[in-house]
Amino acid sequence: MIRFGIAMLGLVAMTGAIAVHQPATAGSDNPRIAASAHLYDTYCAQCHGVQRNGKGVNTVGLSVQPRDHSDTAGMSSLPRDQMIKAISEGGGAVNKSALMPSWSAVLSKEQIEDMADYLIYVCKCDTAQ
Amino acid sequence: MKGSLILAASAGVVLLAFAIRPTAVDAQAAGSELASQCASCHALTKPAEVTVDRLWTRKGPDLWYAGDKFNKEWLVAWLQKPTVIRPGGVLWFKHAKPGEPRDTIDTAAVEKHPAVDAETATKLADQLMLLKSGGLVTEGAFKPESANAAMGKLAFSKLRGCIACHQSAAGTGGLSGPELYDAGQRLRADYVIAYMKDPQQFDPHIWMPTLTLSEPDLQRITGYVMSLGKEDK
Ligand code: HEC
Ligand code: HEC
Ligand code: HEC
Repeated sequence: MIRFGIAMLGLVAMTGAIAVHQPATAGSDNPRIAASAHLYDTYCAQCHGVQRNGKGVNTVGLSVQPRDHSDTAGMSSLPRDQMIKAISEGGGAVNKSALMPSWSAVLSKEQIEDMADYLIYVCKCDTAQ
Repeated sequence: MKGSLILAASAGVVLLAFAIRPTAVDAQAAGSELASQCASCHALTKPAEVTVDRLWTRKGPDLWYAGDKFNKEWLVAWLQKPTVIRPGGVLWFKHAKPGEPRDTIDTAAVEKHPAVDAETATKLADQLMLLKSGGLVTEGAFKPESANAAMGKLAFSKLRGCIACHQSAAGTGGLSGPELYDAGQRLRADYVIAYMKDPQQFDPHIWMPTLTLSEPDLQRITGYVMSLGKEDK
């Protein structure tokens, strides 16, 4: 309830682009997007932020800040294959910071592929091009 | 007790359950205190079905491997005077608020743990120590003689990124995992190494990832984690 209240505040304070991610599934009735959003809340939001903006509760003092997944321009340069590799094997596998962990022990291959599609949905990268 | 349980259940409010002081238990009922007072929030046997959603609905962390995890002395003391271990409660997300420069935890909303008296605490600790992981924790896996805690600190705080989710001192570190600044008193070294090596063995869906750690990494990080909280109490 409180979170919803804050989301509403956010809606007023920020642009609709961010508000649409709070709740993260708003605007989509695709069940795979909804399932990925739930997994994102469970595993990714701790670092990448409840609003997918890279500002998670765990970012205090991290030497490399997590990627802002709501940043259309920044995320558009990231190929889907590289996203999948980073999520499966960790940042180190794509020459990025090892602070981005590997998730292959927790998420299935299919869930990781759906997650990449979800990230493309979140950054609105498909509509930007 | 029965009345309060029904009240808590019907209200469905965790806060309310926390507000109810556990009543003193009768010594005849030894063995049942855990089941009657604690099972509403804690899994005392390995859950038959583990799902992501269980992590969203459970009201407390799992205790089914408590006997392999905790130091008994710590349990006895903590059950009488519980402190916050998980800064964001059992699931940090439920207390997270979006914000600038980063999301925060609404700490005021994090539930307080019920406390028990000394006699009950000892009894409960005895019962908890009987709950074993069924082979997930290997006796003697941690080799103190080969652990370099100074290198462990570097791995914990920089190279391996444990600090992202765990506090190594009050106020230093991330908030989505349990604090580890009193780990040396709370936890058993063989559990620390087993958990770090493969958290998904304890829960396949827990949000601590399996990190790529070499055997020397595991040893020195455990050495460091076990040094935390030892000096100052
Ligand atoms: C412990 C904190 C942490 C968690 C948890 C985390 N990440 Fe990251 N992530 C990072 C950091 C830090 C970076 C930035 C790495 C860099 O730029 O060097 C990053 C970067 C990324 C990138 C960009 C990789 C690239 O090639 O630039 C993607 C995609 C990503 N994360 C997805 C996820 C997903 C999906 C999850 C959840 C399954 C997740 N992350 C969970 C910390 C985290
Ligand atoms: C209303 C729900 C609730 C009840 C009832 C409850 N607990 Fe807890 N318990 C919690 C929560 C939530 C935590 C996590 C606290 C934290 O991490 O700060 C916790 C943490 C613990 C821990 C530390 C576990 C860990 O992994 O760090 C122990 C031990 C424990 N409880 C024992 C008990 C015992 C014994 C009882 C019965 C007398 C009991 N609890 C009753 C909710 C509950
Ligand atoms: C992305 C976040 C994250 C990272 C990174 C992480 N952990 Fe964890 N850790 C967790 C969570 C979540 C738990 C379990 C929470 C629970 O059971 O309530 C946990 C549990 C633990 C435990 C068991 C503590 C307990 O009270 O049961 C230990 C020990 C531990 N982690 C050590 C480490 C070490 C060492 C590292 C670095 C090599 C590390 N963790 C990296 C999130 C993380």
